Amino acid sequence: MRVVIAEDSVLLRAGLIKLLAAAGIEVMAAVSDADQLLAAVPVHKPDAVIVDVRMPPSHTDEGIRAALVIRRQWPEVAVLVLSQYVEERYAADLLSANTSSVGYLLKDRVADVDEFVSALRRVADGGTALDPEVVAQLLVRRRNDPLDRLTPREHEVLTLMAEGRSNSAIAQTLVITDSAVAKHINSIFAKLDLQPDDGDHRRVRAVLRSMGLG
Amino acid sequence: MAAGRRRRAVLAPLRQLAIIVRDTTFVISGVPVQLTALAALALPWLVPHRAKQDAIAVLVGVALVLLVRVPLTAIQRHRFWSLLGIEILKPVAAQGSLRHRLVAAVRSEVVWRQLGYHLVVGPLIALGGMLTLALWTAGAGLVNLNGWAYLFPPLGRFGLEPFHAKALTLHIVAQILLLLMAPALAAALTWLDSHAGRALLGPSRAVELERKVESLAESRAGVVDAADAERRRIERDLHDGAQQRLVSLAMNLGLARATLTDLPEPASQVIAEAHEEAKEALAELRNLVRGLHPAVLEDRGLDAALSGIAARAPLPVRVQVAVSGRASPTVEAVAYFVISECLTNIARHSAATNAEIDVRRAGDALVIRVTDNGIGGADPVRGSGLASLARRARSVDGSLQINSPAGGPTVITVELPCAS
Repeated sequence: MRVVIAEDSVLLRAGLIKLLAAAGIEVMAAVSDADQLLAAVPVHKPDAVIVDVRMPPSHTDEGIRAALVIRRQWPEVAVLVLSQYVEERYAADLLSANTSSVGYLLKDRVADVDEFVSALRRVADGGTALDPEVVAQLLVRRRNDPLDRLTPREHEVLTLMAEGRSNSAIAQTLVITDSAVAKHINSIFAKLDLQPDDGDHRRVRAVLRSMGLG
Repeated sequence: MAAGRRRRAVLAPLRQLAIIVRDTTFVISGVPVQLTALAALALPWLVPHRAKQDAIAVLVGVALVLLVRVPLTAIQRHRFWSLLGIEILKPVAAQGSLRHRLVAAVRSEVVWRQLGYHLVVGPLIALGGMLTLALWTAGAGLVNLNGWAYLFPPLGRFGLEPFHAKALTLHIVAQILLLLMAPALAAALTWLDSHAGRALLGPSRAVELERKVESLAESRAGVVDAADAERRRIERDLHDGAQQRLVSLAMNLGLARATLTDLPEPASQVIAEAHEEAKEALAELRNLVRGLHPAVLEDRGLDAALSGIAARAPLPVRVQVAVSGRASPTVEAVAYFVISECLTNIARHSAATNAEIDVRRAGDALVIRVTDNGIGGADPVRGSGLASLARRARSVDGSLQINSPAGGPTVITVELPCAS
């Protein structure tokens, strides 16, 4: 896999390069702001970009805006956004067009190397990776909606789905069987009124609905 | 110490002298200004006219007084400021047409007070001022006279005649008395004039208080904004500094843990522990900094910023925000801080199992309601947390109400003014 990194902290940039190299991922370029990132993407044509949210010049949401540009102009490039803080508004922006090939994680997550690398690979393969913190924030916002009818266990399953986990990964995390996960998911689909013949992928729709976007 | 005392001993009489010079200058400089209004009133009478025209003379005199009132007040204001350092504020001038201004002037107690100074109090003080001048002149004259008498005795070469000696003693006593009375009178008149001037020449008490309130509100807003800016700076510094380093540290430890698989058990144990602790420190620091001033608050507003603190609370929190548009950054920061602290309090003391945050706009106010289903009994007197919240709300002229009966539920309502 080939990636481009945009991160203004020299320390973290070096750390990320080292970490990715150890996982056998090729870093084509490592830049320090959004403009350089947008210049590097068409040159290197990476599989994925890793973007910090707060970068020069204004140190607010440059990374998010650059990520949105990349998703619009080069939809084949997966985007993984990293930040000291995750905010549901930014997540909603990132996911508004479509929910594939996108990730939004706390920077803390790079400390768990294997999980981080697998999240990056998942995003590059067209999946999603949402930080549990973002999902928690999204659940704070639900209003009188079908989500209230979900059991606590179904909530957990939906949360993990929103993070982009597969059925077997969910089963592993919750220490239940794959078939139990499938049962919960079917129950979630039913409660959220998602028919099997829906054109969109039901999993994605469930996640979107949990964010108040569906 | 000793040098300081010596210097003070030298300086004290000098300072006394400076005060005498200042008071005298102040009093004597007042005389012409304080007599001008009376002179203006009297001026028409110096022009020869028939008895029938007396009424006209009175009218002209009054008109002249009204005319000189404004420049005279300005000169006095300058005199008080430059010589005594007393600032007499400028009364607010009436606006509008000439007729409107005249009516306002007749009604205004400010004008009457000023006329009272210029026509009554001022001239009386001027009399005192002239007396002061006379005392100084007489005193100085006597010193002069005695000096000449001593240096050039008119009679005899070897001392003074008895008559002259007696006269000289009398002269010296008189000159000392005069030179003592002059500064005392100057000081008394200065005191009198400064009180009269402040009472009669400035704006009314209400206007003065109004201005004081204005300037206090301004300086308080400055302090609140500065505190806010300081929190932002700290947040930024931690974000760019300690947080990045901690992430890097945790990442390196994670890398070591993942790659150094052939280490002896105790070594890998230590690395694993350090790794976990670095991650915990990171999470703790993030929570702390998030409470200071989140970047998203500035960027996307209160509504967006609340998700983060609500999600982080250790109990389920529902957030409802019905506010269109943004309040001022200061009000948003106060609202954010208050809600953040409320959630911390709920988690610590209330034993609640869920909480609700409701933010809406009611007229010119942002109304925040934080409800929990805990044990109640929250008392702002006992807990310093709630008192500091109330202070924070008051810093932007807001209010905080606590309704927390024993047994719950607790409802905290905060109203923050936000004129749009």
